[in-house]
Amino acid sequence: MLALWIVLGIVVILILFIIGAYNGLVGFRNQVKNAWAQIDVQLKRRYDLIPNLVETVKGYVKHERETLEAVTNARNLAQKASSAGAAERGKLEGALGAALGRLLAVAEAYPDLKANQNFLALQEELTSTENKISFSRQYYNDSVLKFNNKIQMFPSNVIAGMFSFKIGEFFEVTVAAEKEPPKVSFT
Amino acid sequence: MWEQIRSNQVRSVILIALIAGLLLAVGYFLGLYFFDSAVGGLVIALVVWAIMSLIAFYQGDSILLGMAKARKIKSDDAPRLYNVVEEMKIASGLEKMPDIYIIDDPALNAFATGRDPSRASVAITTGLLQKLSRDELQGVIGHEIAHIKNRDVLLMAITSVMLGTIVILSWYASRFLLFGAMTGSGRRTSSRGGGGGAQAIILIVGLVLMILAPILAQLIYYAISRKREYLADASSALYTRYPEGLASALEKIGGSTRQLKSANQATAPMYTVNPFRKEGMKAADLTSTHPPISERVRILRSMAGGASLADYNDAYRKVRSGKQGIISKNAAAAVGAVGIRQASLSVPGELGLAPGKAAGKAAPGTHDASDIMLRLDKWRTVDCECGARWKIPPGFRENNILCTRCGRRIRL
Repeated sequence: MLALWIVLGIVVILILFIIGAYNGLVGFRNQVKNAWAQIDVQLKRRYDLIPNLVETVKGYVKHERETLEAVTNARNLAQKASSAGAAERGKLEGALGAALGRLLAVAEAYPDLKANQNFLALQEELTSTENKISFSRQYYNDSVLKFNNKIQMFPSNVIAGMFSFKIGEFFEVTVAAEKEPPKVSFT
Repeated sequence: MWEQIRSNQVRSVILIALIAGLLLAVGYFLGLYFFDSAVGGLVIALVVWAIMSLIAFYQGDSILLGMAKARKIKSDDAPRLYNVVEEMKIASGLEKMPDIYIIDDPALNAFATGRDPSRASVAITTGLLQKLSRDELQGVIGHEIAHIKNRDVLLMAITSVMLGTIVILSWYASRFLLFGAMTGSGRRTSSRGGGGGAQAIILIVGLVLMILAPILAQLIYYAISRKREYLADASSALYTRYPEGLASALEKIGGSTRQLKSANQATAPMYTVNPFRKEGMKAADLTSTHPPISERVRILRSMAGGASLADYNDAYRKVRSGKQGIISKNAAAAVGAVGIRQASLSVPGELGLAPGKAAGKAAPGTHDASDIMLRLDKWRTVDCECGARWKIPPGFRENNILCTRCGRRIRL
């Protein structure tokens, strides 16, 4: 009789552990998904801001057609790949960031442009969006690290294997120019 | 990532338990004197505490913001502030965007409030908003968001309500006791009749407790508050990946001794720096809600290797030359390496504030004027061969920068 109770107790504890570990893993996976959605929101915001910026800048900078075109092209490429994986997107978003940095730097040489309230507001929005992208990337990567740790560490790795949880993909920016953010003087 | 916060929570809970013990002791003696039963006193203490807690829980943030004369703003009123708050919300993983308030006061300060992360607010004075660069503002807002994320607001509300209850109860009790002893007509003596010696001892112990309890509770309260400040600094460095931002903001704030008009003792721990701070406060000051600014700056500046909580912990131990850190060793080691980012170049002032109030319009000549202002603030300027002029913030440690206009590297 006693032995039966002990066995029953062990089984109950085991089931509770499995439920707990499974729910924990699902929680982490949802956090990763949510963090990814956050990045997406900011990247979309950047796509929306760029046509505005190009429109505003166009009237002032006559001789920088190439720079403007590079930004528009990089934006369109990045937007087209918006359903791709983290690694692929990282590359394209990096290129877009670099092109934008060059445009904002070029704008420095045009005092009229820099006195334009519309441009100043756009500049603040873009700076902030760049920051938000990097902060949401930061949070996403932290979440992926936590999730992957859970999947690979004992004992939760057993549960992860049973229910075939897959490790998350880090969002790395692969273009060198993006790793060193362009230093733009905003005075 | 937040396991380390939890291990700190344990220490905070112990301190709260101590205050709660004091509250119960005060209630116990109160009951012995006035009702001949300890239970009566305990009930009174708990009822007073419960009423105050309910008020604090449901009305606390609006009372606090009302007292500070803060007004709520939308994103159009101060776009940069709004953006920075949203950036920190994202970096911290906070679920909901906190409400943003501005206090019209030239003093330099900011605070956070709200009983849980989903209904939080941050408030900042106009003085601070105009003085800080973007990086510095980010550091300060990161500190406030950390208070929300670490649930310090709730923690400090609980403790301050208990502290308030102890102060009120023991104030009244000690007055009644003294009055009763002087006139010799206390309820206690009339109901019990004799019983001399033991009664006298209880009376004295009780009186001493009534006098000491508020002081002890206050010291514990300050101890909790200081711990949470360090933790919020550490979290801010982690969110922004740039400890220098908060460090130089703190320096600016420390340089001003203007006191905030609308602050009081109860609301003090919510602010970034102690609103009542005087010059030359000592490091081991037990009666302060905040650690000394100079020490906080030194810790942030000593974070050589990275911006993680573990890096802050090492810097904390180095500066305070003590063994004990702010977070437990295992917890600190649980996170990987976190790098520090480079300074971004920007100038103080909120672009979006109504024109004339801050750096709204770039009128002719303001460019040179702002250059001079920046140089006074220890900024350096360097000219590139292509003609662009770069402004380097004081905390910038690299020995060269990339000119994004022509792509050259400029040596500093």
